Amino acid sequence: MAHESHEQVDAVTGVTTTGHTWDDIQELNNPLPRWWLWTFYVTIVWSVLYAIAYPAIPMMSSYTKGVLGWQSREAVEVDLAALKQQRSGMTAKLAASSLDQIKQDPEMFAFARAQGKASFGDNCAPCHGAGGGGAKGYPNLNDDDWLWGGSLAQVEHTIRFGARSTNDKGHSGTMPAFGRDGMLKREEISHVADYVRSLSGLPTDKTANLNAGAKVYTDNCAACHGDKGQGMQELGAPNLSDKIWLFGSEKATIVEGLNNGRGGVMPTWHGRLDDTTIKALTLYVHSLGGDQRP
Amino acid sequence: MDGRPEGNLRPQLDSNQGATGACVVSVDIGILMTATDSMADVPLSHPLGAAASDEDAPLYAPRKQIYPQAVKGRYRTIKWVVLAITLGIYYFLPFIRWDRGPNAPDQAILVDLANSRLYFFFIEIWPQEVYYLTGLLVLASLVLFLMNAVAGRVWCGYLCPQTVWTDLFYAVERWIEGGRRDRMRKDQQKLTLRTAGQKGLKHFIWLMIAWWTGGAWVLYFADAPTLVYELATLQAPLLAYTWIGILTFTTYTLAGFMREQVCTYMCPWPRIQAALTDEYALNVTYRYDRGEPRGSVKKNEVLKLQGLPAGDCIDCNQCVNVCPTGVDIRKGLQLDCIQCGLCMDACDNVMDKIGRPQGLIAYDTDMNVKARMEGRPEVRRIVRARTIFYAGIIALVGAIMITSLALRQNIYLSVMHDRNPLFVRLSDGSIRNGFTIRVANKHLDERRYALSVEGLADSRVDVIGGEVDPQGRTIVTVGPDQTLEARVLVTDTASAASSSTDLQFILTDLSNGDKAATSDHFRAP
Ligand code: SF4
Ligand code: SF4
Repeated sequence: MAHESHEQVDAVTGVTTTGHTWDDIQELNNPLPRWWLWTFYVTIVWSVLYAIAYPAIPMMSSYTKGVLGWQSREAVEVDLAALKQQRSGMTAKLAASSLDQIKQDPEMFAFARAQGKASFGDNCAPCHGAGGGGAKGYPNLNDDDWLWGGSLAQVEHTIRFGARSTNDKGHSGTMPAFGRDGMLKREEISHVADYVRSLSGLPTDKTANLNAGAKVYTDNCAACHGDKGQGMQELGAPNLSDKIWLFGSEKATIVEGLNNGRGGVMPTWHGRLDDTTIKALTLYVHSLGGDQRP
Repeated sequence: MDGRPEGNLRPQLDSNQGATGACVVSVDIGILMTATDSMADVPLSHPLGAAASDEDAPLYAPRKQIYPQAVKGRYRTIKWVVLAITLGIYYFLPFIRWDRGPNAPDQAILVDLANSRLYFFFIEIWPQEVYYLTGLLVLASLVLFLMNAVAGRVWCGYLCPQTVWTDLFYAVERWIEGGRRDRMRKDQQKLTLRTAGQKGLKHFIWLMIAWWTGGAWVLYFADAPTLVYELATLQAPLLAYTWIGILTFTTYTLAGFMREQVCTYMCPWPRIQAALTDEYALNVTYRYDRGEPRGSVKKNEVLKLQGLPAGDCIDCNQCVNVCPTGVDIRKGLQLDCIQCGLCMDACDNVMDKIGRPQGLIAYDTDMNVKARMEGRPEVRRIVRARTIFYAGIIALVGAIMITSLALRQNIYLSVMHDRNPLFVRLSDGSIRNGFTIRVANKHLDERRYALSVEGLADSRVDVIGGEVDPQGRTIVTVGPDQTLEARVLVTDTASAASSSTDLQFILTDLSNGDKAATSDHFRAP
């Protein structure tokens, strides 16, 4: 690249060159197009005005707020308000209707299910799974086995006040720690575990003493779980005679429960979610598995 | 004749021109051409233009202002009729009514974006049927190809919106500012108050046309009479005004200012067209076999008396003056030529005046011009392999579309299996799968459908929010022109399912027995 001044007039275009030559390619000294230049000036003016009007320059611990006082947080609030406004008609209808009325009305039901699904993903999915499939200790909401009852009203009560929660209206009742607290001996626990498995038709060890187990059961367990192991929804005592096991059906797991007790917690959503959201959640959860088996 | 008179390298289909220049035009006329053409073609800002060799010539050609002259004639009339029809369709189509009953709009053509429907007279298209639009576009391009195979850029010359609107804008310009000469004079003189007033009026009318163009556009997207009322009373949605603004702007700039540059530089069709065309396609052609050697009426008279060759072209430049793209068709077929046919009218008028037969410029092929010069017979072949081929696929695609439209179902069912959990064990040990179904009812009245499932030895189907009729069938009800999403629970009551069983969902319209079926799987441990 030669740097002596080679300025000359280009033969073809009649424009002077800058004198810069690369591989025999000359740079013409064309002026910038006027529209481009003006656009450029306008953007400069714009940037200054923008920096004055809007939040722009970072300071040590804050930033310049801008004379318009605009905030992205407020913009979000405006958007949310608009969304609420858009939904308000349906939301008002939901608020004014009972759960049964909503379920009977296809339009309201569809709206409630959609809203409930979104809310379920935000609030319930961490424990119950994205589709309400549950996990060990967290009930599967798609089946027909409901610890605290599966009618619309019962589901709503459980969502609203929880189980073993901080809310006084929440469900209470726990499985005692028979082993740890010395209420049952080691063999008794083993016997009753075998007996409980037999209630739902699961195979038991050849060494199992079912008669002894039955006695322990009648003395200690039947009060809550029922004489045939059919469970009791008032206390959240699971049905032991069906094929659904919240923690697992292996003997070791049952023994573990007998030793240490059980008592999963469902939090209260009253006050944390508004009434229509709780209604929508109820209808959504209820629609996952339908009612209890008739 | 050492080179072409032009100093610039405007892209041109040059093969013909070479032939014209080298073989046909004799030397003295070549000089004459240089005298008239170089004035127009050499960029004025070109100080060394003459010295620069072709290789060094800039690839950039500054725009020449074009002042097309008014012309009357056969093709001009055709163009006025086409203009009236196409613009009439565009501006008034949204107002045509079409009764579809109480549950659908009564506008013949309506793109209902809010409800995702497209109405075209008796056809209603849902978003999932958008392939009909694809089919329509395929058809449109095939028709374009066929037109091209028959007569080149007919689309460009007569039908293209760019041509139609530019034509309209030229008409307004001519009407207010006068003919070619008046306009050239006014642009060269200092601006007088009168000229400024005329120009102002012209731009106003242009803007009005452009605004109406945008206005008509939005009418396709809403009930036209209502929207016109809303627009007039300033109650229409902002989006409508925005679109009107955008289309006003594009119409005004494209038809008022950019004009032939759109065809020459922006539009892809001329490039595609040039690649698709062949030597049989009819084009607006200057018949140099008959026109050359050109010369004034008197001069050619003298030549004829001397028994020397003399052509019919009197070099009056009328064909150039009327051309909206500034092309001299006598140099042969060129890339800028949009085949509008106006030079044919201009030349026919001249031929009438000097008492020579019309058609010195006419729809013809260069192949035939050469054939006549060499005394070979002409070849005209409209029906040939490619036109038959294009017509064949047009018929095929058209037939496919009509058949599929005629046979299309007004009932639609889609099924989605729950992802999580895949299956659920119920308290009695049986396995249940959850599905989300979507039923579309394309009828304009409410329909009831029975849902059944096949594939499992013994199964139970529950639709959440559905009902069971006295015959024990599971029923879903879908409103007119609506879809319904519902949750379906399928239980394997026989507990016999393997880990994956094929499942058929069958939906039956209870009013007419129409069926829709779709398959999925039943999953078990
Ligand atoms: S050359 Fe003739 S056909 Fe081509 S654009 Fe000009 S007037 Fe139209
Ligand atoms: S209008 Fe006809 S006669 Fe006149 S210059 Fe053009 S081709 Fe020649």
